[in-house]
Amino acid sequence: MKVKEIIEAIAGEILVPPAVDIEVDRAFAADLMSDILAFAQPQMLMITGMTNLQAVRTAEMSDMPVILFARGKRPPAALLELAQEIGIGILLSPYTMYETSGLLYQAGLPGMGKLPTVQQQ
Amino acid sequence: MSQQFSLFARMGKDLPLSILHELTCELKVSRVMTTEITTLPSTASMQEVKELLRSHRISGIPIVDEETLVGVVSVEDLILALEQHALDTPVSRFMTPQVLTAHPEEPVFEALKQLERQGIGRLLVLDEDGKLAGILTKGDIMLGLLGALQQAYDRVERLGRERQPRYFFEALVSDETSLILSYHVRPNDFTQGGRASAQVKKALLQIGATPQLSRRVAIAAYEAEINLIIHTDDGGHIVVKIQPEKITVVAHDTGPGIANVELARQPGYTTASETAREMGFGAGMGLTNIERCTDEMHIWSAIGSGTRIEMIFYVPPEESA
Ligand SMILES: Nc1ncnc2c1ncn2[C@@H]1O[C@H](COP(=O)(O)OP(=O)(O)OP(=O)(O)O)[C@@H](O)[C@H]1O
Ligand SMILES: [Mg+2]
Repeated sequence: MKVKEIIEAIAGEILVPPAVDIEVDRAFAADLMSDILAFAQPQMLMITGMTNLQAVRTAEMSDMPVILFARGKRPPAALLELAQEIGIGILLSPYTMYETSGLLYQAGLPGMGKLPTVQQQ
Repeated sequence: MSQQFSLFARMGKDLPLSILHELTCELKVSRVMTTEITTLPSTASMQEVKELLRSHRISGIPIVDEETLVGVVSVEDLILALEQHALDTPVSRFMTPQVLTAHPEEPVFEALKQLERQGIGRLLVLDEDGKLAGILTKGDIMLGLLGALQQAYDRVERLGRERQPRYFFEALVSDETSLILSYHVRPNDFTQGGRASAQVKKALLQIGATPQLSRRVAIAAYEAEINLIIHTDDGGHIVVKIQPEKITVVAHDTGPGIANVELARQPGYTTASETAREMGFGAGMGLTNIERCTDEMHIWSAIGSGTRIEMIFYVPPEESA
């Protein structure tokens, strides 16, 4: 899915434009960075409500090209600067994480599919 | 000029098809048109036309009456007026009233096709309200495309720059080569969190590691870096030893230490503080992620003396040339 299509599906806003030919093939939504890193893939869209620098670092380490912040939470300028410097696209959705994900899933962007259960400590 | 030379020097390199597609189909008229437009009213004389064309070094002037475009006058019209010794007559006699127009949101490519088809030199760009928004010549299109192409090359190069050498350690050869990078990580310093791992990743790409290997090392180092920030009393160090056949990352600190390492390694086990959770940590997945990314992981820890995590990554033989 192209950034343009993502923006259309969620009536979103581009805060830092990603590299032109970016296309994501799935998405993952979470607020805990290690959860994101457990599933991260290049070409994956990160959806999160965690608007601090670590979201950008998480994307940087795992080669995720675009971060979509949910619930209209506009990240601080320092985050946008870091993303710009690294070359990570930043998008903003006016919907909650649930609705943002739902709209994108409906528009044809898949997630991880059914996962095995993991016993928690 | 120098800008264009550097562009031509890069012309031989492949540009992804998607970018070429964007250039031809998605570059909008509004991005390349000239918006500083000199206009004249239809009552102006051909003498004024002649002076304006000469002083502004342009080849045509839109004729606008009360904000409405009524025609366009060009060099050819001026020549006609000169031949007829009619420089004192109003523009309205010589101008072309049927003006070909374009929309600001129209792709440049479409506008170019129209120019070609009609064999004309310029299109006037009208906005939604029919007001003159700009003027578009083949020269504008040429410059606009060159500019956009230049930007596209810049972006592609920036993406490609991070991986220059063809082989890991290609440029550094000795009987026993190793490169040590070390970083100090401060406790509770969330703004600097990830700086060390980002620099490790950049260094690996620069010396020719594949994106896959660099990414595995970066993720593991980052989890260890964050653990130093959120779980230690005085922070710690990350030391990376890069050798042609393997990469070793060690994160060590001086406390508090882990009481039960086996338990700490279980997915979901966490003692993260409320502050750490607010910053997006404490899923209890860090050590699990490190284990998945590494070829070997060793943890030594003792309450009161600290923790040392060693992460080993083997460089696949085809990568080390
Ligand atoms: N350097 C360290 N010093 C002391 N305790 C540590 C250290 N690293 C990890 N631990 C302990 O091990 C637990 C598990 O670590 P792990 O990285 O897997 O999860 P986490 O840091 O709690 O959460 P996450 O990494 O998902 O954000 C921690 O909660 C902490 O109790
Ligand atoms: Mg951790």
